[in-house]
Amino acid sequence: MAATESYPVNLKYHREHDWARIEGGEAVFGITWKAQDMLGELVFFQPPVVGSTVAKDGVYGEVESVKAVSDLVAPLSGKVIAFNEKVQSEPESINADPYGEGWLVRVQLSDPGEAEALLDVEAYKQLLVEE
Amino acid sequence: MGTGYLALTDADREAMLRAIGVSSLEELFADIPEQLRLERELALAPAASEVEIERELTALAERNVHVGRELSFLGAGVYDHYVPAIVEAVISRPEFLTAYTPYQPELSQGVLQAIFEYQTVICELTGMEVANASGYDGATVAADACFMAAHATGRGKIAIAETVNPQVRQVVKTYAPGFGLEVVEVPHSGGVIDPAAFLAASQGAAAAIFQQPNFFGCLEQAPDLARAATGAGALAVAHVDPLSLGVLEAPGNYGCQIAIGEGQAAGNRLSFGGPHFGFLAAKKDLIRRMPGRIVGETTDRRGRRGFVLTFQTREQHIRREKATSNITTNQSLCALAGLVYLSWLGSNGLCKLGETCTGLVELLKKELDLPLAFAAPSFKELAVHLGRSAEEVVREAKKKGVNPGYPLGRDYPGMEDVLLVAVTEKRSPADIERLAEVLGEVLA
Amino acid sequence: MSDWREEPLIFERSRPGRCACSLPHYELPKATVPTDLARAEAPRLPELAEPDLARHFSALAERNFGVDSGFYPLGSCTMKYNPRLNERLAALPGFADLHPHQLPEDAQGALELCFLLQEALAEISGLDTVSLQPAAGSQGELTGLMLVRAYFQDRGELEQRRKVVVPDTAHGTNPASVTMSGFELQPVKTDARGNLDLEDLRRVVGPDTAALMLTNPSTLGLFEEGIVEVARLFHEAGALLYYDGANLNAVCGISRPGDMGFDVVHFNLHKTFSTPHGGGGPGAGPVAVRRALEPFLPVPRIVRGKDGGFALDCDWPKSIGRVRGFFGPFGVFVKAYAFIRVYGPALREMSEAAVLNANYLLARLKDVYELRYDRLCKHEFVLSAAQLKREHGISALDVAKRLMDYGIHPPTIYFPLVVPEALMIEPTETESLETLDSFIDAMRQIATEAAESPELLHEAPHDRPVERLDEAAAVKRAIVRYEFGESAPEPG
Repeated sequence: MAATESYPVNLKYHREHDWARIEGGEAVFGITWKAQDMLGELVFFQPPVVGSTVAKDGVYGEVESVKAVSDLVAPLSGKVIAFNEKVQSEPESINADPYGEGWLVRVQLSDPGEAEALLDVEAYKQLLVEE
Repeated sequence: MGTGYLALTDADREAMLRAIGVSSLEELFADIPEQLRLERELALAPAASEVEIERELTALAERNVHVGRELSFLGAGVYDHYVPAIVEAVISRPEFLTAYTPYQPELSQGVLQAIFEYQTVICELTGMEVANASGYDGATVAADACFMAAHATGRGKIAIAETVNPQVRQVVKTYAPGFGLEVVEVPHSGGVIDPAAFLAASQGAAAAIFQQPNFFGCLEQAPDLARAATGAGALAVAHVDPLSLGVLEAPGNYGCQIAIGEGQAAGNRLSFGGPHFGFLAAKKDLIRRMPGRIVGETTDRRGRRGFVLTFQTREQHIRREKATSNITTNQSLCALAGLVYLSWLGSNGLCKLGETCTGLVELLKKELDLPLAFAAPSFKELAVHLGRSAEEVVREAKKKGVNPGYPLGRDYPGMEDVLLVAVTEKRSPADIERLAEVLGEVLA
Repeated sequence: MSDWREEPLIFERSRPGRCACSLPHYELPKATVPTDLARAEAPRLPELAEPDLARHFSALAERNFGVDSGFYPLGSCTMKYNPRLNERLAALPGFADLHPHQLPEDAQGALELCFLLQEALAEISGLDTVSLQPAAGSQGELTGLMLVRAYFQDRGELEQRRKVVVPDTAHGTNPASVTMSGFELQPVKTDARGNLDLEDLRRVVGPDTAALMLTNPSTLGLFEEGIVEVARLFHEAGALLYYDGANLNAVCGISRPGDMGFDVVHFNLHKTFSTPHGGGGPGAGPVAVRRALEPFLPVPRIVRGKDGGFALDCDWPKSIGRVRGFFGPFGVFVKAYAFIRVYGPALREMSEAAVLNANYLLARLKDVYELRYDRLCKHEFVLSAAQLKREHGISALDVAKRLMDYGIHPPTIYFPLVVPEALMIEPTETESLETLDSFIDAMRQIATEAAESPELLHEAPHDRPVERLDEAAAVKRAIVRYEFGESAPEPG
């Protein structure tokens, strides 16, 4: 069951349709409603190795639907401290709840200042209109 | 003038040109720059009728000495096993013959279910958990396995036994530079690979490939080789004869991660080397690295079982430059022949066929009474010393109506006097006696 | 509502103790396989008597659709009629029972046939010399790029020339082949007329370019109008041009890739030259090249000797090596050669009819389906269901599925990627006007249905063995082989 379109105000957005929720020195990443809508029902999540480092704008994993595959782009840099095991066994939870149950990884940020380069919700919505 | 394959009449053409809004056929090609248009007829042999074409190609066919015209003991990768009539009956059904890749599952349940059954048969034979819908042949699936292994391990080297079919090794070497892989060949000792040497060569390798039974017909200590490969962190890849797997242990049961092989022996005629099929099977954790089509089971909204092409995001039409392979057209019809053949054999038939092969080789040893090139046990091929050039012996024996086998000196310098003799259930004890007689005369 | 009965899996029809096979029984000495190498438990192959085998595969055949079943306008796949004569010829014992290790002097007829096919393909492509070895179009492509690689390596330019230019309309095999041959992909855009965007091209072609991979006509079914300029651009940069022969059916005897400036061409014998597609294969993907690339062709080469006899020639030290076993899919060569003999020098009539059929369909459908590039097409064209989608929520997939209810195989859909809701239609030359008209009627009727009774399309097809299948479940459940009763079911 797919969620209805929404973009929470408390998140930071990346142009590649990824989001970050910053919680102190850590952040949670996921993909936006728009991204899951474009991909369709998700069937696979390839997570990064816990302990590996991800670089802002770099690829940290993959999600797949039946007919498409999409790189996951890290909104911020840091070290992976956990990934969502539930999404690995039930990837459709990304479609059902992209900002909650469908979160993907938790990262220890190496440079929290990078967040300033990300889009806020209004800027991201504007991007969606332009696309 | 036209041919019997075209249905348009002159009146049809006129009507169609009018509907398009052009006055001539030439106008349809107006977008081709003038200097690129061929202003003459193609220089091809004059058009011929069916009667003439059949006469012409029959004449060409008759200039070939096929296995029905001499008593042949040729093998070396392609084998003259019996192809039952049911195979031809099935693969000439036009619904199979004239269809393409099953992109539209509702119109293709026949091919899809057959591939699913084929995948199961290949998994059963090899002791694996997932098989693709076929590769081009037994050589290209080895290259596929290298590509898989390189991605799975991140390593840049392939170790391959020198006792693997030379054509398979050549194909691996052709593909390797594009994959950024270095290929190391492991020399044999007494016709088989020493597990310690295989272990040493497998260090740092993505895959370590051996063949069972090997190109010389010998049985390798396959479980030891698999252990050596995995011990060095390489994927163990076994190249196997599908018809040996009733009597020989399955690679998946002795620690291999990938099993590959040439499927020709299962239900495909010799056909001067093709089209045949290669099979590729693996343990399930490699499914996303596999090349080619994979069919999976699912249901429709009424809950009825159905089959679809699945894990398609591995493939080139979705992943493009990041695909696991570029393969699209495979060898479906040849693999279907393989499925029909293996279903015709059944479990008991497969075991019986294997025992017949090993028995015939035993008889061959006795009847030929020539020094064996290697001491290791054999499955359906035997390498013997002739004491003189095997090429010459072949030519002399052929004059007496017997093609005694394959001279190994073609691929292995120093083995110029070694002949590789193959048997299948189509060669009777009387045929083997005849071979012994002719070789006796030639070598006398 | 369909009245198909389920056909059990062959393993579900199996009963221990049954056996279709009939093998000779010989009195043979006992031979034992060493215990540590012997199979502990026999593989579970199906056990059926032959009559049940025949019925099983007959039932499967009935659940399949081929060119002989009906119209099959699957774009880019050239699903033309497969002449039955060719099957009979390939099965002649002199061909089908010929061992590939037979001595060349005892395989002269087979080698001559290969040689004659090589000569014919060289003439059709306008290039100098041919290798028949590659097993299929995709392997022909890869072989072509390996030749490009070897050519530049020989000239000491491989380090510098890393990029292969591929248009955004290309078949997915092209970029995959680029990667597999160790090159880097350089995509290039399509312009408003459906041609290569020359400006974009001028920007990307340079000293690091190895080659262009191009299908001409393109996957849009459009002839590349700027091809002369494109060829000049690449050759002046020292790069080569590779022709993907998937769409050769449009131009045989009309315009030759060699004359267009291409240096390497692959053929799809199973498309252009009528050999059956077999439910996914076998195919054949010979390559033709300009003389400068000849030293790198796969070995063995099939050559005519000074005495007029045919021989295998491995003495090409710069060869890329072998790309598959033996000489290629020989049985396919027999069929393709027989097909070429039917037309002879008049082969252009084949392409003319293919292009006429395609333009007729296009002319009679473009008022009801959107056409992004409004030009005369070659052997195929691409319509879009985007308007149906916007106005009625009907996708290209729905149109495709509804066509099945009319007894027609759908076109290729969602390709090329540059056209949204794409329907890529290739009728081929072997269809009659009545068949084309019935397809037109069906497509127009479906457009009407989209407005009036969209549920009919959403629920299509209606009379097949299965309705639309849950593809997401197929991936998640990953049932890719039959699980025998005693083993635990896969986790769901």
